[in-house]
Amino acid sequence: MDYFAQQLINGLVLGSIYGLIAIGYTMVYGIVGMINFAHGDIFMIGGFIALITFLILVSMGLSAVPLILLIVLLVSMAVTAVYGWVVERVAYRPLRHSFRLAPLLSAIGMSFVLSNFSQVTQGAQVKPIPPLITGGHTLHDSGNFAVQLSNIQIVVVVTTIVLLAIFSYMVSRTRFGRDMRACEQDQTMAALLGVDVDRTISMTFVIGAALAAVAGMMYLLYYGLVDFFMGFVAGIKAFTAAVLGGIGSLPGAMLGGLAIGLIETFWSAYFSVEYKDVAAFSILIVVLIFMPTGLLGRPEVEKV
Amino acid sequence: MAAPASTQHTVARDPAIVFILKKSVISAFVALILFSLMVGVRTFPGETGQLTYTTRFGELASIVAIVFGGSIVLELLRRWIGPVGGIELPATVRHVVSTLGRLLAPALLIFALLVPVIFYNQRYLLDLSILVLTYVMLGWGLNIVVGLAGLLDLGYVAFYAVGAYSYALLAQSGLPLPYFISTYPFVAVDFLQLGAWAFWVLLPISGLLAACWGVMLGFPVLRLRGDYLAIVTLAFGEIIRLVIINWQDLTGGPNGISGIPRPTFFGIPLTPGENGFAALIGVPFSPTHRLVFLFYLILALALLTNWVTIRLRRLPIGRAWEAMREDEVACRALGINITTTKLSAFAIGAMFGGFAGAFFATRQGFISPESFTFQESALVLAIVVLGGMGSQLGVALAAIAMIGGFELFRGLDQFRMLVFGGVMVLLMIWRPRGLIGHRSPTVFLEHNRAISSDVVKEGQG
Repeated sequence: MDYFAQQLINGLVLGSIYGLIAIGYTMVYGIVGMINFAHGDIFMIGGFIALITFLILVSMGLSAVPLILLIVLLVSMAVTAVYGWVVERVAYRPLRHSFRLAPLLSAIGMSFVLSNFSQVTQGAQVKPIPPLITGGHTLHDSGNFAVQLSNIQIVVVVTTIVLLAIFSYMVSRTRFGRDMRACEQDQTMAALLGVDVDRTISMTFVIGAALAAVAGMMYLLYYGLVDFFMGFVAGIKAFTAAVLGGIGSLPGAMLGGLAIGLIETFWSAYFSVEYKDVAAFSILIVVLIFMPTGLLGRPEVEKV
Repeated sequence: MAAPASTQHTVARDPAIVFILKKSVISAFVALILFSLMVGVRTFPGETGQLTYTTRFGELASIVAIVFGGSIVLELLRRWIGPVGGIELPATVRHVVSTLGRLLAPALLIFALLVPVIFYNQRYLLDLSILVLTYVMLGWGLNIVVGLAGLLDLGYVAFYAVGAYSYALLAQSGLPLPYFISTYPFVAVDFLQLGAWAFWVLLPISGLLAACWGVMLGFPVLRLRGDYLAIVTLAFGEIIRLVIINWQDLTGGPNGISGIPRPTFFGIPLTPGENGFAALIGVPFSPTHRLVFLFYLILALALLTNWVTIRLRRLPIGRAWEAMREDEVACRALGINITTTKLSAFAIGAMFGGFAGAFFATRQGFISPESFTFQESALVLAIVVLGGMGSQLGVALAAIAMIGGFELFRGLDQFRMLVFGGVMVLLMIWRPRGLIGHRSPTVFLEHNRAISSDVVKEGQG
């Protein structure tokens, strides 16, 4: 039981990270109807930016951990958001009215560009950092197994919740959120009613990238390392999460992220660590076949 | 008259300069933000194992300068050349071009047949042409799935892997022949050692096994279309690779399989010695013989793929594929069985992938999961898309261009995939329909019109 509780905690933390990435997939799919294949690599870039900012701050002699965390968070969100904006501007906008395969292929190309860009500029080795947030609490100790809740896990979950609150306020209450939802339903009509569609789509990419950057930073803090290849698998898993939750649905993305995190953790804990990725990919296939609309998605109407 | 014209000119020009400068400054500023941390700072493990960093402001400055200058040049070019409209060529030129176009395929074929004769002494070029032909074959195989049936497959490399591993494992263990016995568990297995004929017996078997996997993938994805289909096939390809890596007892895991039997000239080994091919025909042995043989082997396999594709396009099943690509719903309404149509496309495409895989295994003599990554799938797909999806000649030309281009960048090993990704993005923007953007319909009513692939809806099926 204690072992189960421990895995539950670990799974929820991992799921928060996946959920943050999944939101980017689901927003973009909702508004432009394409799979932003490069989003996983945006997440990886976010992790790298956080790592570099952290190193610079530490070498400058800053030692207050909350301040470091805040600056790293803001810098990595801002810079990664610019990456998201540029990717959309360069690789997707010229193809918006092209045939359906073109944006996907362009996105695959962009994904190669981003991951190899960071390999070329930062090297192929894994980049470890010393743990920044240490300590934790023992929730329950049954003698042979203690359920631990580390401070870093608390930080990850709390940051996720705060960001999600801000984000859902933005989508449901602000002008931008209304524009975004309008573009999702009908771009032509939204444009006729005075919504700047290009700008809204750009903003969608920017926000998705910023959330992915947070996920990248959380990943760096939680696992203590980043590498140039981590975007691919994390991206596919987050996409699985978005599909599982129902693509296009924002709460669904978070729910799907948590589900994938839990499934992966429990699979590694009770079955085999080696096949955890196989499990995640198999879930993607099974969900798409038996439940293509996901948990919270709307059914897609087939038009002739 | 002259004075007003010139003032108008300056009035029109000034904002243009301001506009260009403004745009370039913004581009340079964005580049500065993008690259300041990723390029300006280089992280590396220090002496104590702790991560440290150095700064590279020189590189950063030059990149920003390149972006600034580049965006000025681009904007000027755009203004001076203007939008390139449809250039109307004179009738005679068009006639010559179309004649040359028709002659291109036979000319390429003759050239391909002569390659081992011309480049007999250049091992490197022979090796390269074998590689190119392998990708031509993979491209033609994937073309059946993507170009003809319109099913976007991002996991094609899975079938390549199945073919390669089928050949490698069966060649080492021998062909299992189960037979019934009277005691428990009632079935025993004999392994038939194939010896010199291993490749020729196992080639069709590898293809068949890959086709079975094609059907296995095809069944669950029957209802999926477009992007979803693409992601599921990608996941399938990754699952196959991960299973190969982790199933160490069978596949050797990341270490791969070595000592895979080399192909024989229909039972005669291409080795030095008494029974070798060279000794039998009475010429001195040379390792190039095997290369030449491999070259003709893959050429034959690729041409087989091409021939089968062309023939299939004239059969009801091929027409059903093309119809399904254009409109799946209409197809169903006309009574075409979508299930068999899709499954046959997957199976036949996968079968050729399996053949290519078996060839790859026998050529290399060593295989490992490294050779079957998603990058390979993307490369083959890029060849098909670049070739114009559905055009056989286009795919062949695209394979030559892509693999040749890859070889040119071999010196810049790290930058290869970076350039490949960039080229893929630029190609999609410049020519989303590929280099050869049209193909003739297989069936036509009254008169034959070339269909521009702009009107073809790909990836909907």
